[in-house]
Amino acid sequence: MAKSWKEWEKPLLEIDEALEKAREIAKKCSPTEQVAAEERIAYFEQRRDNIIRVMYSRLGPWEKVLVARAETRPYALDYITTLFTDFVELGGDRRFGDDHAIVGGTAMFQGKPVIVVGQQKGRNIQDRQYRNFAMAKPEGYRKAIRLFEMADRFRLPIVSFVDTPAADPGVESESRGISEAIAASILKMFELNVPSVAVIIGEGGSGGAIGIAAANKVLMLEHSVYSVIPPEGCAAILWRQPAEGAKAAAALQLTAQSALDRGLIDEVLPEPFGGAHRDWETVTKTVGNAIEASLHTLDSLSPADLREQRYAKFRAMGRVAEAAPSA
Amino acid sequence: MLGKKKATGLDGSFVQCLGCKKTLFRREFEENLFVCQMCGHHHRLSWRQRAEITFDEGSFSEADAGLRSVDTLEFPEYREKLESAIAKTGINDSVVSGRATLDGVPVSTAIADFSFMGGSMGSVAGEKITRTLERAATDRIPAIVFCASGGARMQEGLLSLMQMAKTTAAVAKCREAGAPYIAVFTDPTMAGVLASYASVADVILAEPKSLVGFAGARVAAQAQVMKVPDDFQKAEFALRSGMIDKVVERRAMRSTLSSLVRVLIGGSR
Repeated sequence: MAKSWKEWEKPLLEIDEALEKAREIAKKCSPTEQVAAEERIAYFEQRRDNIIRVMYSRLGPWEKVLVARAETRPYALDYITTLFTDFVELGGDRRFGDDHAIVGGTAMFQGKPVIVVGQQKGRNIQDRQYRNFAMAKPEGYRKAIRLFEMADRFRLPIVSFVDTPAADPGVESESRGISEAIAASILKMFELNVPSVAVIIGEGGSGGAIGIAAANKVLMLEHSVYSVIPPEGCAAILWRQPAEGAKAAAALQLTAQSALDRGLIDEVLPEPFGGAHRDWETVTKTVGNAIEASLHTLDSLSPADLREQRYAKFRAMGRVAEAAPSA
Repeated sequence: MLGKKKATGLDGSFVQCLGCKKTLFRREFEENLFVCQMCGHHHRLSWRQRAEITFDEGSFSEADAGLRSVDTLEFPEYREKLESAIAKTGINDSVVSGRATLDGVPVSTAIADFSFMGGSMGSVAGEKITRTLERAATDRIPAIVFCASGGARMQEGLLSLMQMAKTTAAVAKCREAGAPYIAVFTDPTMAGVLASYASVADVILAEPKSLVGFAGARVAAQAQVMKVPDDFQKAEFALRSGMIDKVVERRAMRSTLSSLVRVLIGGSR
């Protein structure tokens, strides 16, 4: 069992490297060698596609966890800067500080004003620390609440991007009320009079995720995951074996398809061949079109209808058996 | 019946306190509402004991008793765990909901029982909390919820996470209707329960030294180089941090709730 995305995609990463080298050689070689060089590139490309086909045709729950965590996957700001114009990042919770794990601000989406919020991961060590691995602290959720309230005030639709392993569990977060901040953010989302769309683009990590995902429409990328607990944590509790993450991932059924089948999300967005990280352009287009379509369907709903649609949708979540109470 | 944290019975007339390990007269211990007379340790209560010491005598009537969990994921050992919890506790899931009166004031209430799978919240607990808050909203009566939970029930996967959203949405209904909602944190009130309906009550009370926290203490400590305070994730820490209104001894809980409820409904009548 591979423990990381890099380990799992090793065969692919190796061939990517070989391909890169072949392309460099092709650039430098003489015209007589050109045909051979191009054949070589074509060979590698075909080989790569075959490997992708094999690996991605049978992505299990654990492999989805690894792909959802891929370091080359587009992050919230990648979508925001491509799909939105006039983005002005706003900061601070006006109470304690500014959290870099949650970003947000005003923007235009296809010419229409919106509020956008997202959990942001870092791509290198420094950046990851700056973003606290996308694990938001209370001030992050309170910044989101501030932005949600502003959206309500100015009648702006909300788009949120969900991508977090979990909310920050540290002592500081605890003392500033991380639980209250998450709960208050969920509550605020239910009180909104404007349309909201949440897109799970990578990791939908438990309370940290639902804190900005109680939306009228919840969309989920094909290889992203959404879970009540990280699989490693689940394995540690159940079998005292964090290494049994794969077993736990299977038991938790944390895939987009499973969430859709159980009516917990509204739509699964297909990822390009070989995953979102292999083709940013296509996946960004898919996400943009889905947001547009969702906002369009919500456009006709009145504020009361929007609140009611949200309530009814989440109210129906849960599977219980109800027998007549025994006398 | 004291759940897992049972004050261990020596023989019929004595019990040993789980806090100070001293030997206590069972009768005095029970008269003191299962609080140790020596060290003040508040032992965990079953839902029934809680109902008995809180509401007007005989006023509690259970609703939603027919609700049962469904093993939709066919999660390893979930069915067995449910069956043994039902057999052990005599209740169908970790929350018992219903109606009662408190000094004559009708209330909608839910009481979590930690001895049922650690009070964990799956679909049934989520549904009962939601119905409790909805009943309060519809009838414009106070909701009183006693929390005791390790968090969301992982055996129901994402369904359990969604109970956080569902129950919190019901709090919005209470606010809209002007129905007061009081949460009482008892030992322990953690994770998915704390980060949803529990933390957005109008008033939050807690029993002394109850564990109140988001992540397990070990996870929290690991994530930090900072020194962890001695009372970290205890009710008193939550009080100091401004996260709850008051730490209330069990003996004073009933009268405190009664005072709160009479004032909070005052404006709406």
